[in-house]
Amino acid sequence: MLTGSTGNKAVAEAVSQAEPGVIAAYPITPQTEIVEQIATYVAEGKIGCEYIMVESEHSAMAACIGASVSGVRTFTATSSHGLLYMHEMLNWAAGARLPIVMANVNRAPGPGWNIWAEHTDSLQERDTGWLQVYVSTVQEAYDTTLMAFRIAEHADVLLPVMINLDGFLLSHIFQSLETVHIEDYIPPFSLPHMIDTKAPLGYGTLTGPETHFKFRWAIERSMRAARPVIDDAQIEFKKRFGREYGKVDEYLCDDADVIVISLGTLGKEAEVAVDLLRSEGIKAGSLRVRWLRPFPSLNISGKELVVIDRDYSFGFGGILANEIKAKYKTDVFSVIAGIGGQEVTFGDIASFVRDRRLGTEYWFGVKANV
Amino acid sequence: MEIPKEEYILRCTSACAGCSASLALRYVLKACGPDIALVVPACCTSVIQGIYPNTAFNVPVYNIAFASAAACASGMIAGFRKQKKNTKVVVFAGDGGTVDIGIQAMSGAFERGTDFLYICYDNEAYGNTGMQRSGATPLGAATTTTPAGKNEWKKDLDRIVEAHNPPYLATACSAYPKDLFNKVKKALSIKGPKFIHILAPCPPGWRYPTEKSVEIGKLAVKSGVWVLYEREYGKLTINGPSKAAIIKPSPLSDYIKMQGRFKTAEAEQISKMEQRILANQNRLALEEKGIC
Repeated sequence: MLTGSTGNKAVAEAVSQAEPGVIAAYPITPQTEIVEQIATYVAEGKIGCEYIMVESEHSAMAACIGASVSGVRTFTATSSHGLLYMHEMLNWAAGARLPIVMANVNRAPGPGWNIWAEHTDSLQERDTGWLQVYVSTVQEAYDTTLMAFRIAEHADVLLPVMINLDGFLLSHIFQSLETVHIEDYIPPFSLPHMIDTKAPLGYGTLTGPETHFKFRWAIERSMRAARPVIDDAQIEFKKRFGREYGKVDEYLCDDADVIVISLGTLGKEAEVAVDLLRSEGIKAGSLRVRWLRPFPSLNISGKELVVIDRDYSFGFGGILANEIKAKYKTDVFSVIAGIGGQEVTFGDIASFVRDRRLGTEYWFGVKANV
Repeated sequence: MEIPKEEYILRCTSACAGCSASLALRYVLKACGPDIALVVPACCTSVIQGIYPNTAFNVPVYNIAFASAAACASGMIAGFRKQKKNTKVVVFAGDGGTVDIGIQAMSGAFERGTDFLYICYDNEAYGNTGMQRSGATPLGAATTTTPAGKNEWKKDLDRIVEAHNPPYLATACSAYPKDLFNKVKKALSIKGPKFIHILAPCPPGWRYPTEKSVEIGKLAVKSGVWVLYEREYGKLTINGPSKAAIIKPSPLSDYIKMQGRFKTAEAEQISKMEQRILANQNRLALEEKGIC
């Protein structure tokens, strides 16, 4: 059905179709619309789930953990400080191998209080064992939320998935949305280690130096196994519903001399910049990283790279830029832009490309670059 | 009530000798029966159950991060209810995981009317990490972080919980296992959030010989340091041993002098404790009689 929606409501709609057994959540700007919309669905009877309005995000994730291991599909949503407050439990969810799905509406960490888009929140959770995907349109937010349940709950994966959407730039933007009848696209929930009082187990008991690493390796093994599962979920999605997604979203990259790499809505802005640059005779392309964990393989050999980071690792650099540099042993022009919702237009992105200096870092809007 | 012979704590736990927390849990689990899930935050019980791949507990045990037992239990019971399962969820948490780091999640779960039983076994310090001061450590007690004795009162957990108006709240002590068994049974027959606070003496932490755990627990009740009572839908009933202690308490010094942790306690602190015991007993006795 063709309709219109904000990014937040598109996520809520997808969640209602996935029919979780338990949702536990706590409000935070700019995510609140998701939990409000879900509360409305629950009140209207559109979702028959148990909805726990917890007293903190730490407890939201703890409740999802308890619910998931009891044997039901679970969902929560958060943003920024809420995500960071959950940090301990994010590690627990992944380590406990629970396929919890969470939407994170990307927002800058304070201080000062800033409710606008930034990726430093989710990138600080990069190493917790969660799969991470970044979306750029309302439609993609909806479609990817559906995929997330299928991927997380796949027997080869059994890891939690975080769907990231930019605060306000996507969470509150109204675009057209085509909903689908999911039918059996998401198979019934099944968790091999769910609690069974007839076959009691100890969960998360002490693991010493002779065993602990084996469980960590098992997470990595499943992270690697998630790659073909993601491919399968995306191919099956196209087959059933017509829309095509990859682990990355490439725009005019094949013949490009220079490629702009980014996460989230910046990738859509970059596509407009590419059109502008091409009209000037610069063979540019845009590569938007959708799945950050597991990290995808990138077709970037022989290209000049401009990486835009709406995030930063202090004392080191742009996080995405450095991941690419480390993985592909290549120089990039690292642009730090969009921090705390700083406006970045396609015109700005085009000038990053025109003025690129490989091997250097550039903070957009800051005069004294060292 | 007949105590079942079934054991849900098997032999060879990693508990310290004389551990009264595991004694209490033994009777808790007998009262619960097999259709429960136990949620355990970081505490002595995380260790007592044993090391992977073994576990000494014969019920499902879900270990969870320190601050989050009550929240995890909230999700778990919702999940069971969604699946139309009658499995009960019981939190078994230490004092640190309850009065300190876990109090927010516990308060939230009570406020939401979560249908579960929250048990705090209280050894009055962070026992698992080697006896550091907690909010539940009593005045005058030496711990590894209060080597000269604690200068503050024990946090009054029961009145904090009471403020949430749970349908059932009880205190218990590991030295009175039958009383504890009956209280767990009663709690599980009631819908909504239930709370039991168990005083659990700790030989290495309280610095007394391992064979004295039951004796110390009894002295805590007889001296009035610990009052055994129940609140059903708010209505207070003081239990037998504490009724006797209100009429004729045993001297506090009998309780104090058996424990190395009170070696540095000053006479003034002990006298303040005696006054506090009297005030607490009076308050409860008057309330039970309906006078205040």
